[in-house]
Amino acid sequence: MERIKAAYSLIPVFIFLLIWEMAARLELIPGHFFFPPFTAVVQEFYHLTANGVLPANFLRSLTRVLIGFITGSIAGLLMGILMGYKETINKTFHPIFSLLYPIPALGWLPILMLWFGISEMLPIMIIFICSFFPVLYNTVTGIKTVDKDLIKVAKTLGASERKILSTILLPLALTNIFTGLRLEAGMAWRVIIAAEMVAIPTGIGALLMRAESLIRIDIVIVCLIVLSVMCLSFERFFIYMEHKLTGKWR
Amino acid sequence: MPAIELKNISNFICRNISLKIADGELMVLLGPTGAGKTTLLNIVSGLIEYEGSILFDGVSIDEIPINRRDVGYLLQDLALFPHLDVASNITYGLKMQKRCVHEIEARLDEMLDLMNIPDLERRYPKDLSGGEKQRVALARALAPSPQVLLLDEPMSNLDPLTKDKILDEFKSIQRKTGITTIYVTHDHDEALSLGDRVSVLNEGKIEQMEAPDELFYHPKTEFVARFLGAKNSLKANIIDMKQHEAVAQVNNEGLGQPIKIRVKKYPIFEKGKEINLCIHPEKITLKKEDEVPDANLNRIRGKIVNRTNNGNVSKATIDTGGMQLHAAIPKVLFDFKIHENVWVCFAPDAPHPLCGRRCRATETRRKCLNETHMTVSVTKEHENLP
Repeated sequence: MERIKAAYSLIPVFIFLLIWEMAARLELIPGHFFFPPFTAVVQEFYHLTANGVLPANFLRSLTRVLIGFITGSIAGLLMGILMGYKETINKTFHPIFSLLYPIPALGWLPILMLWFGISEMLPIMIIFICSFFPVLYNTVTGIKTVDKDLIKVAKTLGASERKILSTILLPLALTNIFTGLRLEAGMAWRVIIAAEMVAIPTGIGALLMRAESLIRIDIVIVCLIVLSVMCLSFERFFIYMEHKLTGKWR
Repeated sequence: MPAIELKNISNFICRNISLKIADGELMVLLGPTGAGKTTLLNIVSGLIEYEGSILFDGVSIDEIPINRRDVGYLLQDLALFPHLDVASNITYGLKMQKRCVHEIEARLDEMLDLMNIPDLERRYPKDLSGGEKQRVALARALAPSPQVLLLDEPMSNLDPLTKDKILDEFKSIQRKTGITTIYVTHDHDEALSLGDRVSVLNEGKIEQMEAPDELFYHPKTEFVARFLGAKNSLKANIIDMKQHEAVAQVNNEGLGQPIKIRVKKYPIFEKGKEINLCIHPEKITLKKEDEVPDANLNRIRGKIVNRTNNGNVSKATIDTGGMQLHAAIPKVLFDFKIHENVWVCFAPDAPHPLCGRRCRATETRRKCLNETHMTVSVTKEHENLP
């Protein structure tokens, strides 16, 4: 049944691609040069993959995203646990983070460029910042919204503070933590592309910019499709993980 | 299981509460919302700060932190861990105490059998009915074999049928395990049917602490009387004292003409003294206006102004010339119409003096209880006619 449902959801995508192909082939939209048919994009995807340009740039971007995202999420998670669990730490750091959180990730670009120069650290730091705050705030919220009665009962059943954290608070905060991770996994890809377009000469974003300057719309579309697929895959991965870990009891 | 003693317990709600609960006793704390019942449970469990002292078998536990107090606590909303299945919920306390795997498994089986829920082991709380949740929560509280069991209005979310069933089961489990228990409720039926003794709390103080029957038939304060449904409150002056009986003149506010009634004599009675009397609606009978009433009964003429049916019982409100009395009569015996004139009849031993908290002194209470022999003398009943 699930498979049939999934197949049904693909039908609109096929129709969309078909209309795209026909519109381009029949030149329904003026300016064929700026609107290549889908098959031409697929062909270009194959070329870029075969000659190694796309995999090399993709791997660069992927590595940056993974390092920045993983380190940022872990840091956000740990800080979130501390802030959610200890009110004094929350009171100390909350005002500072409240000031830093609203700054858009790309807003950090100029200052990071001056601090780290054009190096691998630059995009990784941006992804780190972009992942840190949402995971932090979702973890804090997740821990703080756990029903106080559960903590009360756990205490009367002999649980120590640490045990309450590991057996009650963290498992119950997972839903919120995964919401943070899911949102930021997609956001990390959006931010890395922007950073690469603006400041870094390698990666999918840089490829995108080069294609734009060469007026290669087909390559631009290839890059956008890769970006779209990656955002979607990362988000889906966390939805799957969330369901796997919390689906039984929610 | 230990005997519990609370000595002068005070905090922001409780005011100097002292009580002793015997080993294996089921003490019910009864009172309205905000009376301090849950606060008292939180104090015993160690969840909140307090002044005074708590002793288990004579040994102070004031310095023992909550996770080592060895109390089982069942909360009003049960607070089952939603992310753990039934087995993990029940064994949570045992795991926290680092008991060995075999012991944990054996205890789990024992609990599942005791609660009669052998098939629920792998279910999650979201898939359980109200009654099942209740059993799991009780099993979880009992599994680590706590010294004391605390229950905070655990039946409040159940339908009446399930509630009766679970109450019966709980009572038998409590007897079987012999665990000293404090049970909080605001439902007097639940309290009176369940408790070995019942403490009525009001505004952070114990109003009265008695065995259920004694509490129900001999409330000592107006608050307790009203809370237990003894709605008829009479303000009266003792105008005459006989060997076993007194004559009291009722002069409630709004009453057009004073009414004289005969009342069983209690030690606190003195001629000329003003007293508060309460009469349980169940102890009132109604007679037709033209019926010759039993001369041994007090009778007051009145008019039925309201009637409601509650299962097998009809509850009537009778206006006796400014004062309203309430009667609860078996539905099959209720043969009256609204606005019909009737005789409100009650025996001289039906009114009970609300002699206040001081009346708790053992000697006085014993005297009160021993005053059972009474001869009923007929007074001039027509004096009671409005």
